[in-house]
Amino acid sequence: MDTINWHSCFFLLLAAIACGFAVAVVVVGDIVRMACCLVVSLAAVAGLFFLAGAEFLGAAQLMVYVGGTMVLLIFGVMLTARGPLVSMKIGGGQWVLALVIGVALFAVLLQAATSTSAWNGPKANDQAAVPAAAKQDDGAAAEQDAAGQLGLGLLGVREDRLHRQDKPVLLGGMSGYLLAFEIISVHLVVVLVGAAYLARARRRIRNPESRAPNPESP
Amino acid sequence: MSIFTEPVGLSHFLVVGAVLFVCGVICMATKRNVLGVLMGIELVLNGANLNFVAFGSSVLRPPGTEGIGMDGQMIALFVIVLAAAEAAVALAIALSYYHAHATVDVDRGDELRG
Repeated sequence: MDTINWHSCFFLLLAAIACGFAVAVVVVGDIVRMACCLVVSLAAVAGLFFLAGAEFLGAAQLMVYVGGTMVLLIFGVMLTARGPLVSMKIGGGQWVLALVIGVALFAVLLQAATSTSAWNGPKANDQAAVPAAAKQDDGAAAEQDAAGQLGLGLLGVREDRLHRQDKPVLLGGMSGYLLAFEIISVHLVVVLVGAAYLARARRRIRNPESRAPNPESP
Repeated sequence: MSIFTEPVGLSHFLVVGAVLFVCGVICMATKRNVLGVLMGIELVLNGANLNFVAFGSSVLRPPGTEGIGMDGQMIALFVIVLAAAEAAVALAIALSYYHAHATVDVDRGDELRG
């Protein structure tokens, strides 16, 4: 009897939550329930990030997505809601078409994800399982400072590639992400100022009553 | 069950990412609410992000391969920031659209149709 791999168990739990609530986002019609399902799904994806060894990214996902973007979305829902009786459904033919396209896309992606045998993970009864487990411990030890490596990479220093300077094919990745970091910072400022400008409170320009020409006005 | 005793591999993460991606695509195609379409976009970006993180993870990397190192996590971080910016702009556009049309139905926004 093999021992239970808790990593796999937590992965299955979080994957089931993420996938189940993602499907619920699609099938639920109410926009507020969609937002709640999306919160749970995004939080489960953050848990999957933790399981994959990306702790900083999981925390960023929780803070930015679950904390920030969803608050924004829910405020958007509240500011544009027109009462619970307004339902925006699509026809059955469009549902069938979307489902056919979705299933076909999923079949392609599933084939691509599972066809490479090296990606299927080490088997428990395999001879390579014990070295793989030892390698996982090494990897966990090396990933202790993953957030530090991430920060150094954003400043243009690739600490994880420093020991590979003998291979010139890998030097293309040595440049780091300093320029992209600066661009994304300025981009974020510009975008948020622009969003505040777009969403500013103003008088309603065209409502349905004023769409018809007013005979009293010249 | 063998899945409870074997360590998970890269393809398990890829399958979860594929499910999120396809759910987002179907959500974008079938919702008529602007915010529903936006939620579909968030799901698609999360599915792609999960693939980036899985490929960059040192835990899931196949033995003896180099992998993409920290590139995966950094690209995923950029995707998160860009998704936040995109959500802010899209919500501002949705609010402006709501002020102009008094609805958030994307089928009514056909004024630019030729």
